[in-house]
Amino acid sequence: MPRETFHKNLRELQDDVLIMGSMVEKALDRAMQALKQRDLELAKQVVTDDNNIDKKRFEIEEKAIQLMVCQAPMASDLRIIVATLSVITDLERIADHAAGNAKIAIMIGDEPPLKPLIDLPRMTEKAIDMLHRSLDAFINHDADAARKIVPEDDEIDNLYNQVFRELLVFMMEDPRTVTRATRLLWVAHNLERTGDRVTNICERVVFMVTGKMEEMGVSTY
Amino acid sequence: MTTSYTLQNNKITHMNDIKLMAERVNLYYGTFQALRNISLGIPERAITAVIGPSGCGKSSFLRLFNRMNELIPYARVEGRVEIGGVSIYEKSVNVVELRKRVGMVFQKPNPFPMSVFDNVAFGPRRHGVSSRSQLEDIVQRSLRQAALWDEVKDKLGQSGLALSGGQQQRLCIARVLAVEPEVILMDEPCSALDPIATLKIEELMRNLSEEYTIIIVTHNMQQAARVSDMSAFLMMDRDRAGILIEYAPTREVFSRPKDRRTEDYITGRFG
Repeated sequence: MPRETFHKNLRELQDDVLIMGSMVEKALDRAMQALKQRDLELAKQVVTDDNNIDKKRFEIEEKAIQLMVCQAPMASDLRIIVATLSVITDLERIADHAAGNAKIAIMIGDEPPLKPLIDLPRMTEKAIDMLHRSLDAFINHDADAARKIVPEDDEIDNLYNQVFRELLVFMMEDPRTVTRATRLLWVAHNLERTGDRVTNICERVVFMVTGKMEEMGVSTY
Repeated sequence: MTTSYTLQNNKITHMNDIKLMAERVNLYYGTFQALRNISLGIPERAITAVIGPSGCGKSSFLRLFNRMNELIPYARVEGRVEIGGVSIYEKSVNVVELRKRVGMVFQKPNPFPMSVFDNVAFGPRRHGVSSRSQLEDIVQRSLRQAALWDEVKDKLGQSGLALSGGQQQRLCIARVLAVEPEVILMDEPCSALDPIATLKIEELMRNLSEEYTIIIVTHNMQQAARVSDMSAFLMMDRDRAGILIEYAPTREVFSRPKDRRTEDYITGRFG
């Protein structure tokens, strides 16, 4: 292959996206652990680690720009770089949602729990699973796998609906719960947005592989 | 070949007329087949780039349109080549007249060893223009069209060979324009030029494509991507004959080529 060095750099760029992805998955998981276990130290850690994710994003962006400037990529090579730039933006936003949830955990502090957290961890688990598989599809250049993930966002949306209704009932029954319920609603909303971001990643994978831009899975929210 | 291409830069948004047409063309040099079964239509007033690895028949393909392959002994063409719907390989076709309609610019600038003025006036004189004032008009118009006038207007009497490489190439383009061609064939016109001179020629090509049909053979894929509306990718088959792999609007070829071989070539995975 005449452009061995370039293609090696391109593979490294994609590997970097996976590394950033695993940092983001960890942030989502830890933020939920912090909420569930009232672990303020862990929550603070998630907020601090968000800076590292931001740094990683800029590092990948810089590498991608370097490759475009110096290597003048064409066709699928160019699409990989363009998709990478888009995917890291979504990853960075997901990380912000995770950090947002960690901040809510800090805000809740040691207030008495409103209810045991059941659906929010489920939403988190589902979001992490979808994110993980979307990045597998990215690294394997598998458009079909990416397309299959998109409808699963409905599951997160349904859980969000469920949480919303449940919290609404709490607030109607006892207005003193409004503050605590609203905070949990924010958490649910962050997770719902995370699902939408994963859908964006899947769209980019399809573009990267096929060259076609497809709007997939229009969210209800 | 039918075309309904929307060409680059929004310059041409409707279907362009086909100016040049190759239909099932085979080209042989003696027993060696250089081109195999090539069919494509080149749109009028647009730039078509021909790309492909060395030896795939790009230049041979280009020379089909001005019958320059005939200068090579034992060259033989099968199939149909048309300009404006008329076959150019008929016996009745006057080759001199054909080459006036289809000008050519080569890899290395090749001004004649004579003055700038005489270089540009050479063609019109050969075609019977003798009036000084008429020749002056032609020379000025051609040099202006070739974006060279401002640089040489005060030294029209100087030898064409005294100009810089980039200027010499634009002088050669002016020489082609002087005989008012319909088509300009360019065979690696920038490969001997520095980057600035290259960009000047590319800019000139874009301007000229408003009036002329241009085909450019280039090894520089960035150049093909920058300058052309349509791109044709040729490569060799097992017998080393050039075959057409893909022909489409340039932005398609360079962003989402349909054929794996085009993809591999333009991304540098072979070649």
